[in-house]
Amino acid sequence: MIIGSIHDGIVIDHIPAGRAMELYSYLKLGELDCEVAIIKNAVSGKRGKKDIIKIGAPIDLNYDILGFIDPHITVNIIREGKRDRKFHPTLPETIIGLVKCKNPRCITSCEQELPHVFCLTDRENSIYRCRYCETKAEKHTL
Amino acid sequence: MKTRGLIDIAELTTQEIDELMLVASDIVENPERYAEKCKGKKLATLFYEASTRTRLSFESAMLDLGGNVIGFSDAQSSSVSKGESVSDTARTVACFADIIAMRHPKEGAPLVAQMSVNIPVINAGDGGHNHPTQTLTDLFTIKRELGHVDHLVIGCCGDLKFGRTVHSLVTAMSRYPGVRFVFISPDELRIPEHIRAEVLDAKGISYVETTSLDDVMPELDILYMTRVQRERFFNEADYLRLRDSYILTQEKLKPAKEDMRVLHPLPRVNEISIAVDSDPRAAYFRQVKNGKFIRMALILKLLSENA
Ligand SMILES: [Zn+2]
Repeated sequence: MIIGSIHDGIVIDHIPAGRAMELYSYLKLGELDCEVAIIKNAVSGKRGKKDIIKIGAPIDLNYDILGFIDPHITVNIIREGKRDRKFHPTLPETIIGLVKCKNPRCITSCEQELPHVFCLTDRENSIYRCRYCETKAEKHTL
Repeated sequence: MKTRGLIDIAELTTQEIDELMLVASDIVENPERYAEKCKGKKLATLFYEASTRTRLSFESAMLDLGGNVIGFSDAQSSSVSKGESVSDTARTVACFADIIAMRHPKEGAPLVAQMSVNIPVINAGDGGHNHPTQTLTDLFTIKRELGHVDHLVIGCCGDLKFGRTVHSLVTAMSRYPGVRFVFISPDELRIPEHIRAEVLDAKGISYVETTSLDDVMPELDILYMTRVQRERFFNEADYLRLRDSYILTQEKLKPAKEDMRVLHPLPRVNEISIAVDSDPRAAYFRQVKNGKFIRMALILKLLSENA
Protein backbone atom coordinates (compact mmCIF):
# COMPACT_ATOMS: atom_id res chain seq x y z
CA MET A 1 0.00 0.00 0.00
CA ILE A 2 1.04 3.55 -0.61
CA ILE A 3 -0.27 4.67 2.74
CA GLY A 4 2.06 7.07 4.41
CA SER A 5 4.27 7.19 1.39
CA ILE A 6 2.65 9.90 -0.68
CA HIS A 7 5.22 12.32 -2.02
CA ASP A 8 2.96 14.71 -3.90
CA GLY A 9 -0.76 14.27 -3.61
CA ILE A 10 -3.92 14.59 -1.57
CA VAL A 11 -5.24 12.91 1.53
CA ILE A 12 -8.96 13.28 2.15
CA ASP A 13 -9.39 12.41 5.79
CA HIS A 14 -12.22 12.09 8.32
CA ILE A 15 -14.71 10.88 5.75
CA PRO A 16 -17.71 9.38 7.56
CA ALA A 17 -17.19 5.60 7.70
CA GLY A 18 -18.64 3.84 4.67
CA ARG A 19 -18.83 6.92 2.44
CA ALA A 20 -15.48 6.75 0.69
CA MET A 21 -16.74 4.84 -2.36
CA GLU A 22 -19.43 7.42 -2.90
CA LEU A 23 -16.82 10.17 -2.94
CA TYR A 24 -14.59 8.03 -5.13
CA SER A 25 -17.22 7.93 -7.79
CA TYR A 26 -18.32 11.53 -7.36
CA LEU A 27 -14.75 12.81 -7.66
CA LYS A 28 -14.28 10.46 -10.64
CA LEU A 29 -11.15 9.00 -9.10
CA GLY A 30 -11.69 5.89 -11.20
CA GLU A 31 -10.60 7.90 -14.22
CA LEU A 32 -7.20 8.77 -12.76
CA ASP A 33 -4.13 6.79 -13.70
CA CYS A 34 -2.21 7.70 -10.55
CA GLU A 35 -2.30 5.65 -7.37
CA VAL A 36 -5.51 5.91 -5.35
CA ALA A 37 -6.04 4.15 -2.03
CA ILE A 38 -9.26 3.85 -0.12
CA ILE A 39 -9.03 2.99 3.53
CA LYS A 40 -12.27 1.92 5.08
CA ASN A 41 -13.13 1.87 8.77
CA ALA A 42 -9.87 3.33 9.97
CA VAL A 43 -9.86 3.95 13.70
CA SER A 44 -10.33 7.62 14.46
CA GLY A 45 -9.65 8.96 17.92
CA LYS A 46 -12.62 11.13 18.63
CA ARG A 47 -15.17 10.00 16.09
CA GLY A 48 -15.00 6.24 16.07
CA LYS A 49 -14.42 4.92 12.54
CA LYS A 50 -13.64 6.91 9.45
CA ASP A 51 -12.73 6.42 5.82
CA ILE A 52 -9.69 7.93 4.13
CA ILE A 53 -8.86 8.46 0.46
CA LYS A 54 -5.26 8.93 -0.64
CA ILE A 55 -4.41 10.15 -4.11
CA GLY A 56 -0.84 9.87 -5.32
CA ALA A 57 -0.77 12.92 -7.59
CA PRO A 58 -1.23 16.68 -7.05
CA ILE A 59 -4.38 16.95 -9.15
CA ASP A 60 -7.09 19.62 -9.09
CA LEU A 61 -10.28 18.48 -7.48
CA ASN A 62 -13.63 20.10 -6.95
CA TYR A 63 -14.10 19.83 -3.21
CA ASP A 64 -17.52 21.50 -3.13
CA ILE A 65 -19.53 18.42 -2.38
CA LEU A 66 -17.28 17.32 0.48
CA GLY A 67 -18.54 20.05 2.78
CA PHE A 68 -22.08 19.07 2.00
CA ILE A 69 -21.44 15.46 2.93
CA ASP A 70 -19.74 16.35 6.18
CA PRO A 71 -18.04 19.61 7.18
CA HIS A 72 -15.62 17.60 9.35
CA ILE A 73 -13.91 16.11 6.31
CA THR A 74 -10.36 17.42 5.96
CA VAL A 75 -8.31 17.79 2.83
CA ASN A 76 -4.52 17.54 3.20
CA ILE A 77 -2.32 18.61 0.33
CA ILE A 78 0.99 16.75 0.42
CA ARG A 79 4.07 18.28 -1.21
CA GLU A 80 7.46 16.67 -1.24
CA GLY A 81 6.44 14.23 1.45
CA LYS A 82 5.18 16.89 3.84
CA ARG A 83 1.79 18.31 4.55
CA ASP A 84 1.68 21.62 2.72
CA ARG A 85 -1.89 22.63 3.48
CA LYS A 86 -4.86 21.29 5.45
CA PHE A 87 -8.40 22.61 5.19
CA HIS A 88 -12.04 21.84 5.65
CA PRO A 89 -13.92 22.12 2.38
CA THR A 90 -16.14 25.20 2.40
CA LEU A 91 -19.85 24.97 1.76
CA PRO A 92 -20.74 25.90 -1.80
CA GLU A 93 -23.57 28.40 -2.29
CA THR A 94 -25.30 26.06 -4.73
CA ILE A 95 -25.06 22.39 -5.56
CA ILE A 96 -26.15 21.73 -9.11
CA GLY A 97 -27.10 18.33 -10.47
CA LEU A 98 -25.60 16.25 -7.67
CA VAL A 99 -28.33 16.08 -5.07
CA LYS A 100 -31.79 14.98 -6.12
CA CYS A 101 -34.91 16.59 -4.70
CA LYS A 102 -37.01 13.84 -3.12
CA ASN A 103 -40.23 15.82 -2.83
CA PRO A 104 -42.80 14.11 -5.10
CA ARG A 105 -44.70 17.40 -5.38
CA CYS A 106 -41.64 19.27 -6.69
CA ILE A 107 -41.61 20.40 -10.32
CA THR A 108 -38.33 18.48 -10.74
CA SER A 109 -40.29 15.27 -10.18
CA CYS A 110 -42.17 15.67 -13.46
CA GLU A 111 -39.78 17.66 -15.64
CA GLN A 112 -36.79 15.43 -16.30
CA GLU A 113 -34.78 18.13 -18.06
CA LEU A 114 -34.66 20.48 -15.10
CA PRO A 115 -31.37 20.47 -13.22
CA HIS A 116 -31.74 19.71 -9.52
CA VAL A 117 -30.39 22.77 -7.74
CA PHE A 118 -29.88 23.15 -4.01
CA CYS A 119 -29.04 26.46 -2.38
CA LEU A 120 -27.31 27.02 0.93
CA THR A 121 -29.93 28.70 3.12
CA ASP A 122 -28.33 28.32 6.54
CA ARG A 123 -24.53 28.24 6.61
CA GLU A 124 -24.31 27.74 10.35
CA ASN A 125 -26.30 24.53 10.23
CA SER A 126 -25.21 23.72 6.64
CA ILE A 127 -28.77 23.44 5.43
CA TYR A 128 -29.47 23.25 1.73
CA ARG A 129 -32.90 23.65 0.20
CA CYS A 130 -34.25 22.82 -3.23
CA ARG A 131 -34.38 26.00 -5.30
CA TYR A 132 -37.86 25.13 -6.53
CA CYS A 133 -39.79 23.71 -3.59
CA GLU A 134 -37.52 24.59 -0.63
CA THR A 135 -37.41 21.00 0.59
CA LYS A 136 -34.34 20.39 2.74
CA ALA A 137 -31.62 18.28 1.18
CA GLU A 138 -31.18 15.05 3.04
CA LYS A 139 -27.68 14.80 4.33
CA HIS A 140 -25.57 11.80 3.47
CA THR A 141 -27.13 11.16 0.11
CA LEU A 142 -25.95 12.28 -3.25
CA MET B 1 -31.28 43.23 -15.03
CA LYS B 2 -33.19 40.16 -13.95
CA THR B 3 -36.91 40.43 -14.46
CA ARG B 4 -38.77 40.52 -11.22
CA GLY B 5 -42.08 38.81 -10.73
CA LEU B 6 -43.51 37.56 -7.47
CA ILE B 7 -42.88 33.92 -6.63
CA ASP B 8 -42.65 34.08 -2.85
CA ILE B 9 -43.89 36.89 -0.64
CA ALA B 10 -40.49 36.86 1.09
CA GLU B 11 -39.18 38.63 -2.05
CA LEU B 12 -41.07 41.75 -1.00
CA THR B 13 -39.76 44.08 1.67
CA THR B 14 -42.19 45.20 4.35
CA GLN B 15 -42.03 48.67 2.82
CA GLU B 16 -43.03 47.26 -0.56
CA ILE B 17 -45.95 45.40 0.98
CA ASP B 18 -47.06 48.59 2.69
CA GLU B 19 -46.78 50.50 -0.60
CA LEU B 20 -48.83 47.87 -2.42
CA MET B 21 -51.52 48.22 0.23
CA LEU B 22 -51.47 52.00 -0.15
CA VAL B 23 -51.89 51.76 -3.91
CA ALA B 24 -54.65 49.18 -3.52
CA SER B 25 -56.47 51.50 -1.11
CA ASP B 26 -56.17 54.31 -3.60
CA ILE B 27 -57.61 52.05 -6.29
CA VAL B 28 -60.58 51.33 -4.03
CA GLU B 29 -61.15 55.07 -3.55
CA ASN B 30 -60.39 56.21 -7.10
CA PRO B 31 -60.95 53.33 -9.52
CA GLU B 32 -61.36 55.68 -12.51
CA ARG B 33 -57.78 56.86 -12.17
CA TYR B 34 -56.60 53.34 -12.83
CA ALA B 35 -59.07 52.34 -15.52
CA GLU B 36 -56.62 52.78 -18.39
CA LYS B 37 -53.28 52.20 -16.68
CA CYS B 38 -52.68 48.92 -18.47
CA LYS B 39 -54.22 49.78 -21.81
CA GLY B 40 -52.61 47.69 -24.53
CA LYS B 41 -51.09 45.27 -22.03
CA LYS B 42 -51.89 41.57 -21.77
CA LEU B 43 -52.01 39.31 -18.76
CA ALA B 44 -51.68 35.58 -19.46
CA THR B 45 -53.33 33.38 -16.85
CA LEU B 46 -51.68 29.96 -17.12
CA PHE B 47 -53.71 27.73 -14.83
CA TYR B 48 -52.47 24.14 -14.90
CA GLU B 49 -55.13 23.27 -12.35
CA ALA B 50 -58.53 24.79 -11.98
CA SER B 51 -58.88 27.58 -9.45
CA THR B 52 -61.73 29.64 -10.75
CA ARG B 53 -61.72 32.12 -7.91
CA THR B 54 -58.06 33.03 -8.20
CA ARG B 55 -58.13 33.13 -11.99
CA LEU B 56 -61.19 35.39 -12.11
CA SER B 57 -59.60 37.66 -9.55
CA PHE B 58 -56.45 38.07 -11.67
CA GLU B 59 -58.45 38.51 -14.86
CA SER B 60 -60.80 41.08 -13.32
CA ALA B 61 -57.82 42.94 -11.93
CA MET B 62 -56.26 43.23 -15.38
CA LEU B 63 -59.56 44.17 -17.04
CA ASP B 64 -60.18 46.88 -14.45
CA LEU B 65 -56.77 48.29 -15.30
CA GLY B 66 -57.83 48.54 -18.94
CA GLY B 67 -55.69 45.59 -20.03
CA ASN B 68 -56.52 42.33 -21.77
CA VAL B 69 -56.38 38.72 -20.76
CA ILE B 70 -55.35 35.50 -22.49
CA GLY B 71 -54.64 32.04 -21.10
CA PHE B 72 -55.96 28.63 -20.19
CA SER B 73 -57.85 27.42 -17.16
CA ASP B 74 -56.76 23.81 -16.87
CA ALA B 75 -53.94 21.74 -18.26
CA GLN B 76 -56.22 19.43 -20.28
CA SER B 77 -57.29 22.10 -22.69
CA SER B 78 -53.82 23.23 -23.67
CA SER B 79 -50.62 22.09 -25.33
CA VAL B 80 -49.48 21.27 -21.83
CA SER B 81 -51.45 18.05 -22.08
CA LYS B 82 -49.11 17.08 -24.91
CA GLY B 83 -46.26 17.19 -22.42
CA GLU B 84 -44.75 20.60 -23.14
CA SER B 85 -42.40 21.81 -20.41
CA VAL B 86 -43.31 24.75 -18.19
CA SER B 87 -40.31 26.58 -19.54
CA ASP B 88 -41.35 26.15 -23.20
CA THR B 89 -44.95 27.14 -22.48
CA ALA B 90 -43.77 30.25 -20.63
CA ARG B 91 -41.42 31.23 -23.44
CA THR B 92 -44.16 30.87 -26.01
CA VAL B 93 -46.62 32.88 -23.95
CA ALA B 94 -44.03 35.58 -23.31
CA CYS B 95 -44.11 36.28 -27.06
CA PHE B 96 -47.70 37.45 -26.67
CA ALA B 97 -48.16 38.65 -23.10
CA ASP B 98 -46.63 41.31 -20.86
CA ILE B 99 -47.12 39.51 -17.57
CA ILE B 100 -48.00 35.97 -16.48
CA ALA B 101 -50.02 34.65 -13.55
CA MET B 102 -49.34 30.93 -13.14
CA ARG B 103 -51.05 28.28 -11.06
CA HIS B 104 -49.50 24.83 -11.07
CA PRO B 105 -49.94 21.69 -8.96
CA LYS B 106 -46.16 21.21 -8.72
CA GLU B 107 -44.08 23.25 -6.32
CA GLY B 108 -41.61 25.58 -7.98
CA ALA B 109 -43.24 25.61 -11.44
CA PRO B 110 -43.77 29.41 -11.45
CA LEU B 111 -40.10 29.90 -10.54
CA VAL B 112 -39.12 27.72 -13.51
CA ALA B 113 -41.33 29.94 -15.68
CA GLN B 114 -39.76 33.12 -14.27
CA MET B 115 -36.28 31.78 -14.94
CA SER B 116 -37.22 31.19 -18.59
CA VAL B 117 -38.73 34.53 -19.56
CA ASN B 118 -38.08 38.23 -19.15
CA ILE B 119 -41.60 39.30 -18.37
CA PRO B 120 -42.80 39.17 -14.75
CA VAL B 121 -44.38 35.93 -13.50
CA ILE B 122 -46.76 35.99 -10.56
CA ASN B 123 -47.15 32.77 -8.62
CA ALA B 124 -50.90 32.17 -8.36
CA GLY B 125 -50.36 29.07 -6.21
CA ASP B 126 -47.86 26.24 -6.68
CA GLY B 127 -49.19 23.12 -4.99
CA GLY B 128 -49.06 23.46 -1.24
CA HIS B 129 -46.06 25.75 -1.45
CA ASN B 130 -46.54 29.51 -2.06
CA HIS B 131 -49.51 31.66 -2.91
CA PRO B 132 -48.24 35.20 -2.33
CA THR B 133 -51.27 37.08 -3.64
CA GLN B 134 -53.50 35.21 -1.16
CA THR B 135 -51.25 36.42 1.64
CA LEU B 136 -51.26 39.97 0.26
CA THR B 137 -55.06 39.75 0.11
CA ASP B 138 -55.19 38.67 3.75
CA LEU B 139 -52.87 41.46 4.88
CA PHE B 140 -54.73 44.06 2.87
CA THR B 141 -58.06 42.87 4.29
CA ILE B 142 -56.79 43.18 7.85
CA LYS B 143 -55.48 46.65 7.02
CA ARG B 144 -58.80 47.71 5.42
CA GLU B 145 -60.93 46.28 8.19
CA LEU B 146 -58.95 47.37 11.25
CA GLY B 147 -56.79 50.20 9.92
CA HIS B 148 -53.47 48.59 10.83
CA VAL B 149 -51.65 45.27 10.70
CA ASP B 150 -49.50 45.62 13.82
CA HIS B 151 -50.36 45.04 17.50
CA LEU B 152 -53.05 42.48 16.85
CA VAL B 153 -54.08 39.13 18.25
CA ILE B 154 -54.54 36.80 15.30
CA GLY B 155 -56.46 33.59 15.81
CA CYS B 156 -55.96 30.84 13.24
CA CYS B 157 -58.49 28.05 13.35
CA GLY B 158 -58.93 24.70 11.63
CA ASP B 159 -56.30 22.86 9.62
CA LEU B 160 -53.10 24.52 10.74
CA LYS B 161 -50.94 21.58 9.73
CA PHE B 162 -51.53 21.52 5.98
CA GLY B 163 -53.08 24.96 5.53
CA ARG B 164 -50.43 26.86 3.63
CA THR B 165 -52.46 30.08 3.76
CA VAL B 166 -52.03 30.05 7.53
CA HIS B 167 -48.30 29.36 7.34
CA SER B 168 -47.82 32.22 4.88
CA LEU B 169 -50.02 34.57 6.88
CA VAL B 170 -48.15 33.81 10.10
CA THR B 171 -44.81 34.34 8.38
CA ALA B 172 -45.95 37.60 6.79
CA MET B 173 -47.65 38.98 9.92
CA SER B 174 -44.57 38.20 11.99
CA ARG B 175 -42.87 41.13 10.21
CA TYR B 176 -45.08 43.56 12.10
CA PRO B 177 -44.54 44.60 15.72
CA GLY B 178 -46.79 43.54 18.56
CA VAL B 179 -48.52 40.69 16.75
CA ARG B 180 -49.53 37.63 18.81
CA PHE B 181 -51.00 34.39 17.56
CA VAL B 182 -53.57 32.00 18.92
CA PHE B 183 -53.64 28.63 17.15
CA ILE B 184 -56.90 26.75 17.46
CA SER B 185 -56.93 23.22 16.07
CA PRO B 186 -57.37 19.57 16.94
CA ASP B 187 -54.13 17.87 18.00
CA GLU B 188 -53.86 16.12 14.63
CA LEU B 189 -53.80 19.42 12.74
CA ARG B 190 -51.49 21.56 14.90
CA ILE B 191 -49.25 24.19 13.38
CA PRO B 192 -46.06 22.43 12.21
CA GLU B 193 -42.87 22.44 14.21
CA HIS B 194 -40.91 24.29 11.50
CA ILE B 195 -43.28 27.28 11.65
CA ARG B 196 -42.98 27.36 15.42
CA ALA B 197 -39.20 27.02 15.40
CA GLU B 198 -38.16 28.96 12.30
CA VAL B 199 -40.73 31.76 12.39
CA LEU B 200 -42.26 32.23 15.82
CA ASP B 201 -39.50 31.17 18.21
CA ALA B 202 -36.81 32.59 15.92
CA LYS B 203 -38.44 36.02 16.09
CA GLY B 204 -39.50 35.75 19.72
CA ILE B 205 -43.19 36.05 18.85
CA SER B 206 -45.62 34.92 21.51
CA TYR B 207 -48.31 32.42 20.66
CA VAL B 208 -50.59 29.94 22.34
CA GLU B 209 -52.03 26.69 21.06
CA THR B 210 -55.43 25.54 22.12
CA THR B 211 -58.14 23.10 21.10
CA SER B 212 -60.96 25.37 22.24
CA LEU B 213 -62.26 28.17 20.07
CA ASP B 214 -64.70 29.29 22.79
CA ASP B 215 -61.98 29.92 25.36
CA VAL B 216 -60.04 32.36 23.21
CA MET B 217 -62.79 34.05 21.21
CA PRO B 218 -63.01 37.20 23.41
CA GLU B 219 -59.32 38.11 22.96
CA LEU B 220 -59.11 37.85 19.18
CA ASP B 221 -58.82 40.80 16.78
CA ILE B 222 -58.80 38.53 13.74
CA LEU B 223 -60.17 35.02 13.40
CA TYR B 224 -58.72 33.33 10.33
CA MET B 225 -60.79 30.24 9.53
CA THR B 226 -59.47 27.52 7.22
CA ARG B 227 -60.89 24.62 5.35
CA VAL B 228 -60.11 21.07 6.33
CA GLN B 229 -59.41 19.42 2.99
CA ARG B 230 -60.57 15.91 2.23
CA GLU B 231 -57.49 15.12 0.13
CA ARG B 232 -55.25 15.48 3.18
CA PHE B 233 -56.76 12.42 4.82
CA PHE B 234 -56.45 8.75 4.07
CA ASN B 235 -59.48 7.94 6.07
CA GLU B 236 -62.95 9.36 5.45
CA ALA B 237 -63.99 9.01 9.11
CA ASP B 238 -61.03 11.10 10.29
CA TYR B 239 -61.78 13.72 7.69
CA LEU B 240 -65.43 14.05 8.69
CA ARG B 241 -64.64 14.14 12.40
CA LEU B 242 -61.97 16.82 12.03
CA ARG B 243 -63.92 18.79 9.47
CA ASP B 244 -66.75 19.18 11.91
CA SER B 245 -64.67 19.94 14.99
CA TYR B 246 -64.44 23.68 14.43
CA ILE B 247 -67.48 25.22 12.91
CA LEU B 248 -68.07 28.91 13.44
CA THR B 249 -71.67 29.71 14.32
CA GLN B 250 -73.49 32.85 15.47
CA GLU B 251 -73.56 31.33 18.93
CA LYS B 252 -69.79 30.88 19.04
CA LEU B 253 -69.24 34.39 17.71
CA LYS B 254 -71.23 36.01 20.54
CA PRO B 255 -68.36 36.62 23.01
CA ALA B 256 -66.11 38.05 20.27
CA LYS B 257 -65.13 41.72 20.25
CA GLU B 258 -67.38 44.10 18.34
CA ASP B 259 -64.63 44.95 15.90
CA MET B 260 -63.20 41.46 15.57
CA ARG B 261 -63.06 40.26 11.97
CA VAL B 262 -63.52 36.79 10.51
CA LEU B 263 -61.40 35.96 7.45
CA HIS B 264 -61.42 32.85 5.30
CA PRO B 265 -59.48 32.16 2.09
CA LEU B 266 -62.61 30.53 0.57
CA PRO B 267 -64.09 28.37 -0.72
CA ARG B 268 -65.60 27.18 2.54
CA VAL B 269 -67.12 23.79 3.05
CA ASN B 270 -69.07 24.01 6.28
CA GLU B 271 -66.61 25.57 8.70
CA ILE B 272 -68.53 28.85 8.82
CA SER B 273 -72.26 28.62 9.13
CA ILE B 274 -74.12 30.66 6.53
CA ALA B 275 -75.91 32.56 9.29
CA VAL B 276 -72.59 34.21 10.16
CA ASP B 277 -72.39 35.84 6.71
CA SER B 278 -74.71 38.68 7.70
CA ASP B 279 -72.71 39.54 10.81
CA PRO B 280 -70.68 42.71 10.21
CA ARG B 281 -67.66 40.89 11.58
CA ALA B 282 -67.73 38.46 8.66
CA ALA B 283 -65.15 39.92 6.29
CA TYR B 284 -64.56 37.01 3.92
CA PHE B 285 -66.54 38.28 0.98
CA ARG B 286 -64.96 41.71 1.31
CA GLN B 287 -61.68 39.78 1.40
CA VAL B 288 -62.44 38.42 -2.09
CA LYS B 289 -62.97 41.96 -3.34
CA ASN B 290 -59.76 43.11 -1.72
CA GLY B 291 -57.95 40.33 -3.54
CA LYS B 292 -58.74 41.98 -6.85
CA PHE B 293 -57.53 45.39 -5.67
CA ILE B 294 -54.24 44.14 -4.27
CA ARG B 295 -53.65 42.14 -7.49
CA MET B 296 -54.26 45.34 -9.46
CA ALA B 297 -51.63 47.10 -7.35
CA LEU B 298 -49.23 44.20 -7.86
CA ILE B 299 -49.71 44.04 -11.64
CA LEU B 300 -49.10 47.80 -11.83
CA LYS B 301 -45.97 47.57 -9.74
CA LEU B 302 -44.45 44.68 -11.68
CA LEU B 303 -45.29 46.14 -15.09
CA SER B 304 -43.84 49.54 -14.20
CA GLU B 305 -40.69 48.01 -12.66
CA ASN B 306 -40.04 45.93 -15.73
CA ALA B 307 -41.08 48.53 -18.29
ZN1 LIG C 1 -37.72 20.33 -4.95
